[in-house]
Amino acid sequence: MSTDNNRLYESMGDKTLRYVTLLMAILVVILMVWIGWQMFSSSQESIQHFGWAFITSRVWDPVHHVFGALPFIYGTIVTSVVALIIAAPIGISVAIFLNEMAPSTIRKVVAFLVELLAAIPSVVYGLWGIFVLAPVLRQSVEPWLTKWFGFIPWFKGAPVGFDMFGGGIILAIMILPTITSISREVMAAVPIAHREAALALGATKWEMIRISVLSYSKSGILGSIMLGLGRALGETMAVTMVIGNMPKISSSLFSSAYSMAAVIANEFTEATYSLYLSSCIEIGLILFGITLLLNIFARLLVWSVARGPKGGHLV
Amino acid sequence: MGQSLSIRQLEAWYGTNQTLKGINMEIAANQVTAIIGPSGCGKSTFVRCINRMHETLPGSKVKGEIILNGESIYGQDPVSLRKTVGMVFQKPNPFPSMTIFENVVAGVKLNGMRNKQNLQAIAEKSLRMAALWDEVKDRLNYSGMSLSGGQQQRLCIARALAVEPSVLLMDEPASALDPIATMRIEELVGQLKSEYTIVIVTHNMQQAARIADTTAFFLNGELVEHGPTSEIFTNPRDKRTEDYITGRFG
Repeated sequence: MSTDNNRLYESMGDKTLRYVTLLMAILVVILMVWIGWQMFSSSQESIQHFGWAFITSRVWDPVHHVFGALPFIYGTIVTSVVALIIAAPIGISVAIFLNEMAPSTIRKVVAFLVELLAAIPSVVYGLWGIFVLAPVLRQSVEPWLTKWFGFIPWFKGAPVGFDMFGGGIILAIMILPTITSISREVMAAVPIAHREAALALGATKWEMIRISVLSYSKSGILGSIMLGLGRALGETMAVTMVIGNMPKISSSLFSSAYSMAAVIANEFTEATYSLYLSSCIEIGLILFGITLLLNIFARLLVWSVARGPKGGHLV
Repeated sequence: MGQSLSIRQLEAWYGTNQTLKGINMEIAANQVTAIIGPSGCGKSTFVRCINRMHETLPGSKVKGEIILNGESIYGQDPVSLRKTVGMVFQKPNPFPSMTIFENVVAGVKLNGMRNKQNLQAIAEKSLRMAALWDEVKDRLNYSGMSLSGGQQQRLCIARALAVEPSVLLMDEPASALDPIATMRIEELVGQLKSEYTIVIVTHNMQQAARIADTTAFFLNGELVEHGPTSEIFTNPRDKRTEDYITGRFG
């Protein structure tokens, strides 16, 4: 009987573990659905009042009770894309350098510093943006770009410093640690057999990195970029401090703009009537939806890249 | 055509651990030379010195001289040396993101060959030499990982042959394979020696006896004895060789 008791006791333990962990997992799902539902129901007033025009309208005028989210959607997407264009090549290069080139002491120090970037509070980034980045952009970087690349619409216009370009740069710095550290981890996971296969064929270091390391880890690198993009879309404080907070849509990156997260943070305290508040919440709902779509898209992308050629299985 | 190698006073370290202690050895062209010895005797390090792969490991060091076809390999660029001295590893390592075809021509492409027809001709020739063509000719655009272990290893041999090396190093190429796949690799080695100088590390003494013209016995980083295979196995000069091949240790 003692073995039976023993088994009973063990299975009780396992059962408890199973139910406790199941409960936690269900809690997460409930929380997610609940937040989505709350946002959906609280934004009903604005959804019914404006319909789809809420997404396509560029007017945001609380005085006349007219709300349109397009400038915020535009500002969020443009700053995030600028951030990716800057951060992805830098982050991947840093990861390659740290993993493949750097001596181990430098690797440890630099990797630690890059990860430390993630520990800086976003309000500190914002302050740095206001007092260091914006003046530099206004006085040197943006005039220079306008002078030489002004024929491209992105770089036209009078530099103000507090604009989508600045927002994108701040975001790029903030997502750099995400891209670097995850890319570095997936590159470090490439088996030495694949590196030696390339070297033994007479590959140079760069050729080895290209055909062994990058092709093996590309789905992970893509994943790191998508995580970075997710962070950039939702980032609030630093962006609102440098983007200029004006609901405009301009083709120039040197124009002030506004982001979805920033407008929610700035205006929900001033939302004095219910349609105003409901519009703010609908912007939150749209941000939620965009992030969700992006994550689904990222999954599909990573999955299709990881599949490789017929009959294969990467990672 | 194969080329001969002469190794002079070769010493190698891995960290503070000396894995080769002054090896002197002549390797004849167009012959199969087997390297045998117990684990940790330095046989893998030895072949990895011949294509300068040993140096790619952090903390490694090499001293001495290896002469390939009258020229010191240490005076050459390791990248171009590895195009003359090909290598097949213990575990089959096709590039997982590439198709069978892309795997075979990977090295040729690194050399700048882009012409599609030439690449196809090279792929077919190399796969035929590696005795794999008939099995894969209808699915060249499948992943290299879709093949069985033995086929993957022959794919790796084809990949090494495609760059037309004159020396082929094989580091226990059959130790991860089943007996039938092993037999195919052994047959292949016998066919390839007319074109290449082959140095094969093996854990399996019967394998050395079956395929090698000469056999070298390594122990604790030293070359104990090197001679015609039949002599090593029937009439070794050194007591340690005899102890090893009769199974007294190792």
